Amino acid sequence: MDLLFGLLTGVLFGFLLQRGQVLRYDVQLGALRLKDMTIVKFMLSHIMVAMVGIYLLNDLGLVKLSLKATVVGANALGGLIFGLGWGLVGYCPGTSLGAVGEGRLDALAAIAGMLVGAGIFARAYDGLLPTVYTWGDYGKITLAGVLGVNHWLVIAGLAVAFAAILRFIERKGL
Amino acid sequence: MARQAKGWSPYLAGALSGLVSVGSVWVAGKYLGASTTFVRGAGMAERLYAPDAVATLAYYLKEKPVIDWQFLFVLGIALGAFIAAKATGDFKVQLVPDTWRARFGDGVGLRALAAFVGGAVAMFGARLADGCPSGHGLSGMSQLAVSGYLAGAGFFAGGILMARLLYRGK
Repeated sequence: MDLLFGLLTGVLFGFLLQRGQVLRYDVQLGALRLKDMTIVKFMLSHIMVAMVGIYLLNDLGLVKLSLKATVVGANALGGLIFGLGWGLVGYCPGTSLGAVGEGRLDALAAIAGMLVGAGIFARAYDGLLPTVYTWGDYGKITLAGVLGVNHWLVIAGLAVAFAAILRFIERKGL
Repeated sequence: MARQAKGWSPYLAGALSGLVSVGSVWVAGKYLGASTTFVRGAGMAERLYAPDAVATLAYYLKEKPVIDWQFLFVLGIALGAFIAAKATGDFKVQLVPDTWRARFGDGVGLRALAAFVGGAVAMFGARLADGCPSGHGLSGMSQLAVSGYLAGAGFFAGGILMARLLYRGK
């Protein structure tokens, strides 16, 4: 059943990624070159809907959160390394599959590279554990927890901030 | 809205994808993510020629080479994008993206090499950060996870830096 839900969710998500036109190298690089913010519009719209939906269901006791631990060294350094690779490949792990689906076959080389990158990481993992993974390990924390305020206050604040970013982007014609 | 004649508004597609994500958490208890699947995929491939490595490396023991919810989710993305592209006449086989061609020429090999190397670096970083723009960027930031905002800032900082190096003055 899990597998069927996974496939169905993936098909819906892939359909929307394609319709949102965010699968292309040109669009992803457009954002990184600060020329076309289509992917930022897609991501922030997704987050605004999902954060309200998830926390509403969580407050009702219908779902559980699944937080990734905050390890400042690993999150920030890994994020930065991901970004450097992303700027070169122009696809992220999820969109690389979608890009192949709409005929962008350079994404096949991207997928092959990502598999190799995962294999290299598996070999580096043991060496990274006593170093990067110990730099700033705060466990599973949320912005609401860190700020010590109700999560709806944070959600409202983020919604305002995201709306301001999107308004700025639209005003600049990006 | 006129500039994307063939697509939907990214606001509409993004918001609907947010609903899909909420539905998935509600119905299946699963948060969207993609990069762990590449570890499982790499483990499956490596079992063919390096079974000892797969059996002993701690990371492959942590993320076992099995087909799970996320593996099907990632494959589903390709299928969903294919259906959308075919249904709307947007499907087009292309080996070198337009922006890349304008900057680096139409060499298929050079583009494939860059995509391969960039993909490897990106996946190494995603695994170190414990997620990609789906797991950290969408699911993490939606849950207000500090890790999601940290990694998300890193994704864009690194990406903007590399894009600047590659397209300097263009």
